[in-house]
Amino acid sequence: MTEDRKQSSLMDDGLDDAELDWHLLKSWETPRGIWKVIATVDHKIIARRYIVTAFVFLILGGMLAVAMRIQLARPEARILDPDRYNQIFTMHGSTMMFLFAVPVMQAMALYLVPLMVGTRNIAFPRLNAFSYWIILAGGLLLWISFALDAAPDIGWFAYVPLSGPEYGSGKRADIWAQMITFTELSALAVAVEIVVTVFKQRAPGMSLDRIPLLVWSMLVMAFIVIMAMPAIVFASSTLILDRLVETQFYNPAAGGDALLWQHLFWFFGHPEVYIIFLPAAGMVSTIVATFSRRAIFGYLPLVMAFIATGILAFGLWVHHMFVVGLPRLGESFFTASSMAIAVPAGIQIFCWLATLWLGRPVFATPLLFVIGFIVTFVIGGLTGVMVASVPFDTQVHDTYFVVAHFHYVLVGGAVFPLLGAIYYWFPKMTGRMMSERLGRWAFGLIFVGFNLTFFPMHILGLLGMPRRVYTYQPDLPWGGLNLFISLSALLLVSGFLVFLIDVLVAWRSGEPAGPNPWKAATLEWATSSPPPAYNFRRIPVVDARDPLWRYPEELAVTAGLRVDRRELIVSSVVEALPEARESSPRDSIWPFWAAIATSIMLIGSIFTPWAVVWGSIPIAVTLVGWFWPKGTAEDIS
Amino acid sequence: MKSTSALLLLALLVSGCTGAQSILNAEGHAAIELKELILWIICVCAVVWLLVMIALVSALVRQRDPDGGAISERKAAVAISGAVGATVLVITGLTITSFYTTRALSEASPAELTIDVTAQQWWWQFTYVDANPTRAFVTANELHIPVGKVARLRLKSSDVIHSFWVPSLAGKRDLIAGRENMLTLRAERPGIYRGQCAEFCGLQHSHMALFVIAEAQADYERWAERQRGVGAEPTEAEAVAGKAVFMAKQCAACHTIRGTKASGTTGPDLTHVGSRRTIAAGLLEITRGSLAAWIADPQTLKPGNNMPLVPLTGDELRQLAAYMESLR
Amino acid sequence: MMPGKVLNVSVAHLSATVLLFSLLVGLSALIGLERQPRQFRTDPPVAAALNQLRLMPSGIGGAPPEIYFALDRPYEASAYDLSQGKRLYSWFGCASCHGDGRGGAGPSLLDGWWSYGPSVVAIAASIRDGRPRGMPAFHNRMTTDQIWQLAGYVKTIGAYSASLAAPSRNDDKHTRPAENRAPAAILFHEDLPAQPRSEQGPPP
Repeated sequence: MTEDRKQSSLMDDGLDDAELDWHLLKSWETPRGIWKVIATVDHKIIARRYIVTAFVFLILGGMLAVAMRIQLARPEARILDPDRYNQIFTMHGSTMMFLFAVPVMQAMALYLVPLMVGTRNIAFPRLNAFSYWIILAGGLLLWISFALDAAPDIGWFAYVPLSGPEYGSGKRADIWAQMITFTELSALAVAVEIVVTVFKQRAPGMSLDRIPLLVWSMLVMAFIVIMAMPAIVFASSTLILDRLVETQFYNPAAGGDALLWQHLFWFFGHPEVYIIFLPAAGMVSTIVATFSRRAIFGYLPLVMAFIATGILAFGLWVHHMFVVGLPRLGESFFTASSMAIAVPAGIQIFCWLATLWLGRPVFATPLLFVIGFIVTFVIGGLTGVMVASVPFDTQVHDTYFVVAHFHYVLVGGAVFPLLGAIYYWFPKMTGRMMSERLGRWAFGLIFVGFNLTFFPMHILGLLGMPRRVYTYQPDLPWGGLNLFISLSALLLVSGFLVFLIDVLVAWRSGEPAGPNPWKAATLEWATSSPPPAYNFRRIPVVDARDPLWRYPEELAVTAGLRVDRRELIVSSVVEALPEARESSPRDSIWPFWAAIATSIMLIGSIFTPWAVVWGSIPIAVTLVGWFWPKGTAEDIS
Repeated sequence: MKSTSALLLLALLVSGCTGAQSILNAEGHAAIELKELILWIICVCAVVWLLVMIALVSALVRQRDPDGGAISERKAAVAISGAVGATVLVITGLTITSFYTTRALSEASPAELTIDVTAQQWWWQFTYVDANPTRAFVTANELHIPVGKVARLRLKSSDVIHSFWVPSLAGKRDLIAGRENMLTLRAERPGIYRGQCAEFCGLQHSHMALFVIAEAQADYERWAERQRGVGAEPTEAEAVAGKAVFMAKQCAACHTIRGTKASGTTGPDLTHVGSRRTIAAGLLEITRGSLAAWIADPQTLKPGNNMPLVPLTGDELRQLAAYMESLR
Repeated sequence: MMPGKVLNVSVAHLSATVLLFSLLVGLSALIGLERQPRQFRTDPPVAAALNQLRLMPSGIGGAPPEIYFALDRPYEASAYDLSQGKRLYSWFGCASCHGDGRGGAGPSLLDGWWSYGPSVVAIAASIRDGRPRGMPAFHNRMTTDQIWQLAGYVKTIGAYSASLAAPSRNDDKHTRPAENRAPAAILFHEDLPAQPRSEQGPPP
């Protein structure tokens, strides 16, 4: 470092805490004002936006589920006509998968990963801002089309030929396919940010074997996103090409193949389950360790299980297609691979149980949700083993048994841990505690309501009730169970209401939390609640997996970063040795305009292929604005 | 897993009472094998779940030992290894069981009957294939097979993907445009088995049922012989008038009644519609009244299906229903 | 950041979201044009009213019944009805004379030349009542709404300009570009008018 540069820049070495805070805040804070807020690239603000948006979509998707349950409560009900019902179940699935589950899990990563690895912002923060506006636009596209009675009616899986040019009339399937494009863009952007943040921005000393388990799970999730999303990018683009410009990818008469769609969709669709589940597994690992008052048992096996799950996830997509008429060898292979994924799942469960066994559990609300998770997720996993068997699956495929199975996996396996995680990290995000009393009520109602709603669906499936039916005939023996399920769903809804009330009340007037209310071990608890815009006054130095338990008084910290501009430490991939100081981008309005331009292009291309041509001009303009050189040094070794 | 087994028992009782579309009411060769496998796997999994729950509860409430951390850690490592080993054993066992069931089901036995199944939005067309083409015949939504004989179904779709599923007889198999799939049925006991399309296929996916009627060989032969014949000439005056209405109105453009000039192929073959149990793919039991209701307003009974509302006077409607009923 | 500030920032977020929302609502006006609650059942009185075609005495052209406008011209504007019309085109054997639309024993439907005028009501009348030189009457083979669906479809395939509402495309071997690629005549590079002819009338 040359002498004159040192002169011109303000370093953090010589400043006392108050001065340092003042300078850091000046460099990192998002100023007041709508345009300033739109332009922000603070990962915490963007992640919070994501989480709130995702929960809004959860509420909307939940309302659709209630509408379906009202329709199915009695046979041959005429509350919803088939056209509306088909739109509703498509909207429910698409909203929950693409607009709630994936974004909310990624949003938790956006909030927590930079804090947990001890850095000041996520990598590529402007891309991060862009990704949020994009997914918001995709969600609005879908929901506005629903309001206009033009929502997709083809199921969240959109099988051709039903979604193809011959049977999917109107713009409904195009809207679905383009909504997918929005969510792909956003998910891929976030995944790249997570990978780079985890590999290159860890606090000095946080070698790969000291990364918190949540960060490991998010890293594996990000890699799955990067490898699975291209399949659906290809699938949705070819679908829209088939529909708009007469390509013939899925037209058997012209040499295309309807099954090609299913392979592409499930090559993405099955890993999608693990995109949702792995972050939840990371949350469970974190909560279990904190509330057992001991380090997680089996750190290495857990990391290996995450990675194994991520790899195996790509080898079992065909188990969604066991009844399309496959060669015997294919069936056997995919049965075996689908069964095999139970092994890493088992390892995870056993390690969590062992941690609870060895520790001294404190039954706070987050741990209650984790216990609920273990009870329900094991059921979902076991029914997953059942449907992995080809002969078993030929009977229950596309019945309510499968509906029950994947709700046990997705709600039991991902939403329960997520709610636990919200209770757990809410104090960090807002500086206020949620209510233990309401939390217990919410847990109780959701747990009981969920099981009463979804367990009977297994039996409905065995009794022969197919999925995706808008009604059923009175002479079939399904009426009683369906009514029971619909009533139980009200219990589940009331549980979510209690949860939402708890969130709102706590946000306004919860008990102040303090930096580390749960006495947890990971770095996000080393800063104030909510964390300042710059996350850490000084970047900590880490030499253990549970730094806050090892050094409860004070963490060792680094010095030598400039404070008159945004700067953070880039470290090596394996050992996390500091390599460089790198400037972190300032706020910018351009990602917002780029997202608007992209949305206009994508929505226009539903109607005419020329939108891609003309729409790319404003996108190019906004990207030029975004990447306009600033004339400052990017990083200094 | 007491509640589960109790519920399963309940499910068995319910299905036993009605004999309707249920996996647990297995009456076909394949379905019986599958039911055994399904109940066996469910029991194994229930035991596994119970063991995990015991481990969970004891982990949460056990008496804490004030010291002995290191020893417990080693014990836990051993226990986890054991549990993982057990998991591997269980899933290997289930995989092998599943392979054997698949093999048992695919043992080729010569088919004594070949039926082409063509699924379309939202009904089933069955063509009974015969070496002598004059002995082949077409029917809809109702499949008759002789008990104990192997019927081979060639599954095709004329539009979107459907799935042929009669849970009491066999597992399901998709019907996909541009492909032909195969499924064999063998009913072990005579009976009427309901089935339903199991792949989402559009507006009326919910009302795309079919019935398989398994009957003694002699009964089957009698039924098939009658099906080969042309449509009965009506005798009752009302039905005679109904035939005239059928030919004069829009009906004949879409439906076939062999032996008359009605030869449309868009809708189901109605040559022997009066002999079937249900109308509109399992929607209503056939009576003169339900036929009239269906003809009068198909779009209210089954919204979105391809049968249009044909304006008829009350008399015409009655006559038409009488004619349909007479087509036995 | 203090909790109070969190709330302030959220208010700003909310406004930002509302801003984007209103932008997208503008875009969705495009989708709004497509708004099409699907009608499966035409009430018999409506069907009877739709049957009241007001043709000119020559049988060429005329005005659709008032109710057609009251219903917002569904048979020309709704993709669902157009697709149903397309199915009817094959179910009722139109192709046996008109081929894939380019004609055969019957006249071409794509060349921009309408023997009885290009209005949908004239096409509906041709289907319903038949025309001299071989066009059969379909009034006793199709219901009124089917005739309208088919007429809307036939009008679309010979349209002079592309429209947003298009029928579905067949998953079959293609002998000509799909219907949503109008204007049909230009696509075939046939030396035919792309504009309606003023002198349209019965063929000479």
